[in-house]
Amino acid sequence: MIAFEKVAYGYGGTQILSDITLQLQAGSFHFLTGPSGAGKTTFLRLCYGELLATTGTVNLFDQDVRALARDDLARTRRRMGIVHQDCQFLDHLPLAANIMLPLTVSGRGSETGDLADLMTWVGLSHLTDALPPQLSGGERQRAAVARAVIMSPDVILADEPTGNLDWEMSQRLLTLLLELNKMGKTILVATHDLNLIRTAKAQVPARVLRIKDQRVQLAGADL
Amino acid sequence: MAGFLPDMSRLDGPVARVVPPTGHTAWLTGFTAGTMAFLAVFALALSFAAGRLADRWSDALANTATIRVSAPSDQIERQAGAVLDVLSTTPGIESARALTDDEQRSLLAPWFGADLPVESLPIPRLIEIVTSDEGFDATGLRLRLSAEAPGAVLDDHGRWRAPLVIAAGRLRLLGILSITLIGATMAAMITLSANAALASNAQVIRVLRLVGAQDNYIARAFVRRFTLRAAVGALIGMAFGMVAVSLLPSPETEGGFLTGLGFQGVEWLFPLALPIVAALVAFAATRMAAFGKLRELT
Repeated sequence: MIAFEKVAYGYGGTQILSDITLQLQAGSFHFLTGPSGAGKTTFLRLCYGELLATTGTVNLFDQDVRALARDDLARTRRRMGIVHQDCQFLDHLPLAANIMLPLTVSGRGSETGDLADLMTWVGLSHLTDALPPQLSGGERQRAAVARAVIMSPDVILADEPTGNLDWEMSQRLLTLLLELNKMGKTILVATHDLNLIRTAKAQVPARVLRIKDQRVQLAGADL
Repeated sequence: MAGFLPDMSRLDGPVARVVPPTGHTAWLTGFTAGTMAFLAVFALALSFAAGRLADRWSDALANTATIRVSAPSDQIERQAGAVLDVLSTTPGIESARALTDDEQRSLLAPWFGADLPVESLPIPRLIEIVTSDEGFDATGLRLRLSAEAPGAVLDDHGRWRAPLVIAAGRLRLLGILSITLIGATMAAMITLSANAALASNAQVIRVLRLVGAQDNYIARAFVRRFTLRAAVGALIGMAFGMVAVSLLPSPETEGGFLTGLGFQGVEWLFPLALPIVAALVAFAATRMAAFGKLRELT
């Protein structure tokens, strides 16, 4: 699904990631950990082609990101659900329209079948018509998760998806991710939440990647 | 100023709705298009008026010439007769006749009054010539006249007509140039507005890209919005412009060229194309700006 081959990334003379070679196989579940500023978000942005590697090759669905035309990259992103740390929305559109956005831009705006269930599941059914600025941090995060999964993507990339959520909602989110993983979806979650990782590892063979000294390492079983 | 345009957010399609409806760029586009359409109506009117003037001047003096016979009073009628004889045998001359005293008096009346005693004054005899479309050999005629009637001077109106026709033609050209410049200015303004809108909506573009929107989809959202506003703005500007032109003094009243500024007959249909042209200009300008900006934002 996603493959890095000797990937390095630097910006403004600062090297952030170096010599990364790894593969996220279809149906795998990975956590990405590391200290703040280690490059977790940069790694995720490389994963969906928002950033291009300084050196090395990133392959998405067996296609070199660098060789993808802009429209091809857009089509590739439709196969990926992305939850950003800052949870950006179109602030002038109601929440339901925001969650529907991946369907809308891909010409499937009329497929609203799962929207009500999804909004209920993330506990936002009462906020269908609310505008994003009216939402709390936790509500925005849940909405971002709902938007990421509404297309039933092959890959879900989530950057600190539980950062603003209480324990109960974190567990519900994890359950959703686990269910999606059992359906064959590839999951990569950047998080500091060790409890979340332990809970997940108890249920699926999740692997933990740790960014340390600009490199991504497979973490031990101590987590 | 934003009230210049009606609320058009309801007209935006589902694609255009992904762009926030507010912002000064939206009404600025409509206002610019409206103002430019208003000015374009006048430029069109100028162009048509100049065209009519050129045609009128050209038609009025076309296929005519005048021979002025200045001679002592005892020779003037003989020379005028000789001139008419020469003209009757000149190829390209359809008809020729000497103006009567009354006709000459009416020609001079604006300067000397209606009671001018033409008979007692040494006024040249005027001979009016109507030529065929092919025209005549003016040089040859002048040579023959100098031999037969030394006091005859041929005036083929060229020195009057040519500069007037050239002036009217240039006025028409000025009108067309004005319309072109107005269109170019509108395109430039809309491009600036579109660029500003794209820059101020960088977050919207980022979110759309994140969920897999292609450039064409994002560009379409902006293009539709700007095209619609330009068309509606131009429609309003055109309506105001046409009303203003219709209130100009009637061309029938005295006053010359300025009172002839306006539209006649089917000419009134031409300004109706301005909103369409404005929409096309906005479409092309916004599309070019959008794709350029989207490439920059990658």
